[in-house]
Amino acid sequence: MELVRQPVQAATAPREKGLPPWQKFQRIIQGIIDVSNLEKIERDPNYQELVRRRSSLGWLLSAVMLVVYFGFILLVAYAPKFLGIPLGGGVTTIGIPIGLTVIVLAFVLTGIYVRQANSSYDVLIRKIVEENRS
Amino acid sequence: MKRFAFLSVILLASVPTIALAAGAVEGGSKQAINWSAIGMFVGFVGLTLVITYWAAKRTASAADFYSAGGGITGFQNGLAIAGDYMSAASFLGISGLVYTSGYDGLIYSVGWLVGWPIVTFLIAEQLRNLGKFTFADVTSFRLGQTEIRILAACGSLVTVAFYLIAQMVGAGKLIQLLFGLDYWIAVVLVGGLMMIYVTFGGMKATTWVQIIKAVLLLSGATFMAGAVLYKFGFSPEALFTKATEVHPKKLAIMEPGTLISNPLSAISLGLALMFGTAGLPHILMRFFTVKDAQAARKSVFYATGFIGYFYILTFIIGFGAITLVSTDAMFLDGSILEKTKSGIAAIKGGSNMAAIHLANAVGGNLFLGFISAVAFATILAVVSGLALAGASSISHDLYGMVIKGGNANEQDEIRVSKIATLVLGVLAIFLGIVFENQNVAFMVGLAFAIAASCNFPVLVMSIFWKGLTTRGAVVGGFLGLVSAVVGVVLSPAVWEVTLGFAKGSAPIKLDNPALFSMAIAFAGIWLVSILDRSKRAAVDRYGYEAQYVRSQTGIGAASATAH
Repeated sequence: MELVRQPVQAATAPREKGLPPWQKFQRIIQGIIDVSNLEKIERDPNYQELVRRRSSLGWLLSAVMLVVYFGFILLVAYAPKFLGIPLGGGVTTIGIPIGLTVIVLAFVLTGIYVRQANSSYDVLIRKIVEENRS
Repeated sequence: MKRFAFLSVILLASVPTIALAAGAVEGGSKQAINWSAIGMFVGFVGLTLVITYWAAKRTASAADFYSAGGGITGFQNGLAIAGDYMSAASFLGISGLVYTSGYDGLIYSVGWLVGWPIVTFLIAEQLRNLGKFTFADVTSFRLGQTEIRILAACGSLVTVAFYLIAQMVGAGKLIQLLFGLDYWIAVVLVGGLMMIYVTFGGMKATTWVQIIKAVLLLSGATFMAGAVLYKFGFSPEALFTKATEVHPKKLAIMEPGTLISNPLSAISLGLALMFGTAGLPHILMRFFTVKDAQAARKSVFYATGFIGYFYILTFIIGFGAITLVSTDAMFLDGSILEKTKSGIAAIKGGSNMAAIHLANAVGGNLFLGFISAVAFATILAVVSGLALAGASSISHDLYGMVIKGGNANEQDEIRVSKIATLVLGVLAIFLGIVFENQNVAFMVGLAFAIAASCNFPVLVMSIFWKGLTTRGAVVGGFLGLVSAVVGVVLSPAVWEVTLGFAKGSAPIKLDNPALFSMAIAFAGIWLVSILDRSKRAAVDRYGYEAQYVRSQTGIGAASATAH
């Protein structure tokens, strides 16, 4: 029994030196995406807008989450006494609302992204798919 | 044949009742038999077995088995993800941590949650658009199938193994306490039921077990937190005041304590929790059970909400236990109380039992039974999800893609998967018994560290970095895997506590290695990729464009259902 067979994608790559890169590529990922449409999709302004908006929002929100969370961890590590300051004379400390805010913020940021995606990205994706139906 | 198998599992489910009589005589450190708990647990098992029977009749294709045919809605999947993630360790462990240390418990809760937004923003939709059954479908999209599948299978199986051992040992201990069963019976019971759910019902049964368990756990925790707040006139301030009066640490429970002493250690743990979440194979697998990227994104939103809400509840439950459990002789061990004069230290069964005793304090014996049954159900559901992820990695990645080169017969692949589940189940039972008296607390941390240092870097780089090559991913991924394991072995938790070397002799002072193991993984991936001049590397980079278009638009994504 042949134990390890050459995977489908890699099989075509090195042997076909004569082919132009585009055709080589076509063979590699045949069946995965309609390659003839690839360039057309990339030129589509809707696609460009989708990529720009989604990645800028995605990375921005990720950065916000990272900064807030590691800000919280640094407070815990370097300023635990700050988190222990009582609120308004009671026993509840400032650390409680701060901790809860990080939890709620995680949910809210996720909500912002999903809302944006539902209202605008999905519309763009639908347009792209319709325009590029071959 | 199927009917026969089904009947035999019902018989198996009634084993605890028989074994119980024997267990109760031996007594020892076990609790008295709790009949309402047993009754509700048998009810839960019966219900899940009916679901498994129903799911088994509808599980024919590989898509049914691995991804429930893509027929789970965003909301259902959100509950199932929350079910996968809210393990008994987080329910009992975090409420127990709040019980002993107060604010420190909240620090952990925050860490467990903050990985979810990152999953939403960067991974969920791309994963659904590029993959089919396992996350290796995504990482191997444009890279060399054989090498990447082997890497992903190693990362998945090691993560699953450590997570599974930790859950099995925890399960044995917990069930021993809750139901008065022998440790080995508890472990065999959990392993046996897990094998039944997964082999007969596949992803469909596993998902519904998760959903039911998540609903039960959320409602139980809501009732408990509500009852605690009700006792204090819905004033958190009154609750905190009373807690600081009765807790031996007094006001110190309202601020960060001794849990996090070393800042680097805190950051390292934070990294492991945040990015480990985004690399857990049983969680990533859930994104393939929904029909498209939109549903995948919605499901993480719901999951983040449920999990965040749950952690807020555990915080209230922990404080409730301080006020209601540590002050009631009924829940305390008299001899320890005599010695330490502290209700917190004297809690029967250890701090992990805080939430269980609180259930008794606020809802009486019947509610205690309910919460005990829910805790058992939680363990069952989590181990089933883990076993399915491990089995899929063996059958889909190793058997289907590496050995059969992508041309495996669907039925053969399902059969391999079922055999793999049985092997994993037997192995989990065996290791669960072997590790009975070992300290396994580090294993969950290790699972997260490996997920964050091997699975996550390869996944995120394959989605977002054009320059990633097969060689870079393999070298960097294995470097991350090895450095995470080495880092844990040389950490204080294993070097000093488990291996017994002198205190302070641990070569690495970090409790969790993620800080350097993630850095090594990313650096390795980057360096090897940019230096890679092989032909394969050219193909890898060339495929990126098409992969990116598909990850963004979903054009060409694996269709939802095979019906």
